[in-house]
Amino acid sequence: MKKNHEIWYERGFLLLCGFSVLLPLAILFYFVAQVVMDGFGRLSLQFLLGFPSRFAEQAGVLPGLVGSFYLLLITGLIALPIGVGAAVYLEEYGKRSRLATLIEVNISNLAGVPSVIYGLLGLAVFVRALGMGRSILAGGCTLAFLVLPIVVISTREALRTVPQGFREASAALGATKWQTIRGVVLPEAMPGILTGAILALSRALGETAPLVVVGALTYVTFLPNSLNSPFTALPLQIYNWVSRPQAAFAANAAAGIVVLLILMLAMNMIAVILRGRMQNRR
Amino acid sequence: MNVEQKEPARGGAIETREIVAGFDTREVLHGISMQIQPGQVTALIGPSGCGKSTFLRCLNRMHELVPSAFIRGSVQLDGQEVYDPELDPVFLRRRVGMVFQKPNPFPSMSIRDNVLAGLTLTNRLKASEADLLVERALNQAALWDEVKDRLKSPGMSLSGGQQQRLCIARSLAVDPDVLLMDEPCSALDPIATARVEDLIQSLAGDYTIIIVTHNMQQAARVSSRTAFLLSGELVEFAETNTIFTSPRDQRTEDYITGKFG
Ligand SMILES: Nc1ncnc2c1ncn2[C@@H]1O[C@H](COP(=O)(O)OP(=O)(O)OP(=O)(O)O)[C@@H](O)[C@H]1O
Ligand SMILES: [Mg+2]
Repeated sequence: MKKNHEIWYERGFLLLCGFSVLLPLAILFYFVAQVVMDGFGRLSLQFLLGFPSRFAEQAGVLPGLVGSFYLLLITGLIALPIGVGAAVYLEEYGKRSRLATLIEVNISNLAGVPSVIYGLLGLAVFVRALGMGRSILAGGCTLAFLVLPIVVISTREALRTVPQGFREASAALGATKWQTIRGVVLPEAMPGILTGAILALSRALGETAPLVVVGALTYVTFLPNSLNSPFTALPLQIYNWVSRPQAAFAANAAAGIVVLLILMLAMNMIAVILRGRMQNRR
Repeated sequence: MNVEQKEPARGGAIETREIVAGFDTREVLHGISMQIQPGQVTALIGPSGCGKSTFLRCLNRMHELVPSAFIRGSVQLDGQEVYDPELDPVFLRRRVGMVFQKPNPFPSMSIRDNVLAGLTLTNRLKASEADLLVERALNQAALWDEVKDRLKSPGMSLSGGQQQRLCIARSLAVDPDVLLMDEPCSALDPIATARVEDLIQSLAGDYTIIIVTHNMQQAARVSSRTAFLLSGELVEFAETNTIFTSPRDQRTEDYITGKFG
C-alpha cells in the first residue's frame, strides 16, 4: 500500500501538470475569443475580396491573401524538393559520412535561427546579390530557406519510421537502392513527409519579420502579376492595420487575424488527418 | 519472360565453399561448405543464434547490406560465382528470392501491386502481361481463390497467413530459381502454417527451396534434405529421413530429440 504522503505528492504533481496545461490554453482561448469578437463583424465577402483603403470600412485583405498564396506556392516549390532530397541523402545514403554529420549538426542549428536573420540573408542574397529586387520571388525564396530545416528534419523522421523490413524485402526482389527508395520508402513515408511539409508551410504563412526585412510592402492596391512583382502578405497587412491609431482599423486587424487563424487551422487539420491515416495503416 | 509454363528442368544448384562470415570482428559462420541440388527442398535447422539466417543471407548477398558485415569464401549458383565482383547483386537477387520471417507486404500497395512489386520497382513490367502474371503467381502461392475478387484492396488487409502467401507470390512473380525462406511460418497459426507447407511442397521441383525452421516436424514434412548447423559449423547434412532416424553425429541426435537448443 502506498503511504499517505506519496499519494499527496502524486495528486499535487497531477494538479501542477493539469494547471500548466490549462493555463496557456485558457490564455490562448481568451485571446482568440477576443479577436473573434472584435473582428467577426468585419468579416465579409467584401473584406476578403477588397483592397486596402484609407477608409477602414472599405478596406479588404485580398492583396495579402493572394500574396500569401503565391509566397506559399514559391516556398513549397523550392523548399520541398530540396528539403526532401537532402533528407533522403542524409538518411539513406550519407549515414556515416563526415559531410552528412556536418550537415546534420548545422541543420539542427539552422532550425533555431531567428527568422529575422533569414530576412537579412534573403536581403543580401536574393534581393541584392541575385538581383531579384524586393519581389515576391525574393520573399518566397527567403521563406523557403526559413522552412528548409523543418522540411529536412520532418522528412528524415518520416523516413526513419519506415521499417527496415520493407527495404530488405525490396532489395530481395532485385531492386536497386534508388528503386527501393523511390518505389517503397518514399511512398511509405509520404504521409509523414506531407505532414511535415504542411506544418512547414503553415509556419511560412505566419512569418512577418523576414518579409519586412526583404522589403515587402504593407499597403498594396494591386495583385502580384509576376514573380518580380512587389507584394504584401496576410500577416504584413495585419501588422499594418494594428499599427494604425484608429479603432476601426483595429477591427480590420482582428478580422485579418481570424482569416489567418482559419487558414492555419485548416492546414494543421489536414496534417492531423494525414497523420491519422498513416497510423491507421500500420 | 515466359508467362505460360515453367519448363521442369531448370537451374538453381547452389554450392558453397568455406563460407566464413560475421559482423565486425565477430565470426558467425566458420567455414560452411554445402551442395544443394536444384529443385529440392533443403531444411536448415539449429539452435537460435547458430547462424542460419546469416548463412541464408550470404546466398543472395543480403548479408553485405549490413554495414558491419564481412564474408569470405565462395558461393556458386549453377556454376557461376555469386561473389564475382563483376556481378551486380541486384541481378543475383532476381534469381534468388527471399521470404522473411514476418510477412511484410508493402502497406502502400494493393494485393495486385504487391505481387507485381518486383517488376514495377525495377521497371520491367510489361502492362500486357500483368494480369496473367498476377494470376499465375497467386495461383502458385495458393492464394488466388481467396483474393481474386479484391485484388485492389491493400495487401495489409489480409490475414497473417494470407500475407505470407502474398509475399511468396511476390517472390515468385520475378521468376526466381531459388527461394530462400527464413522461418516463414513462425508468425503463423497452425492452419496457415499447414497451407504454407503444402505450398512449399507444391513448389518443390520447380524451385530450389532452402527453408530455415525451428520446427522439427516441419523440416521432416517439407524437406528432402536437412542441414544441422551448430555455432556456425555445419554438423551434418543428409537426407531428411537419415537425419531424423539415424543421425551420424551425437550432437544432431541431441538436438532433434530436444536435449538442447
Ligand atoms: N546485424 C547484425 N549485427 C551484428 N551481429 C549480428 C547481426 N545479425 C546477427 N548477428 C549475430 O550473428 C549470430 C547469428 O545470427 P543469426 O541471425 O544468423 O542466427 P539464427 O541461427 O538465424 O538464429 P535464430 O534462430 O534466432 O533466427 C548471432 O549471434 C547474432 O547475434
Ligand atoms: Mg534467424
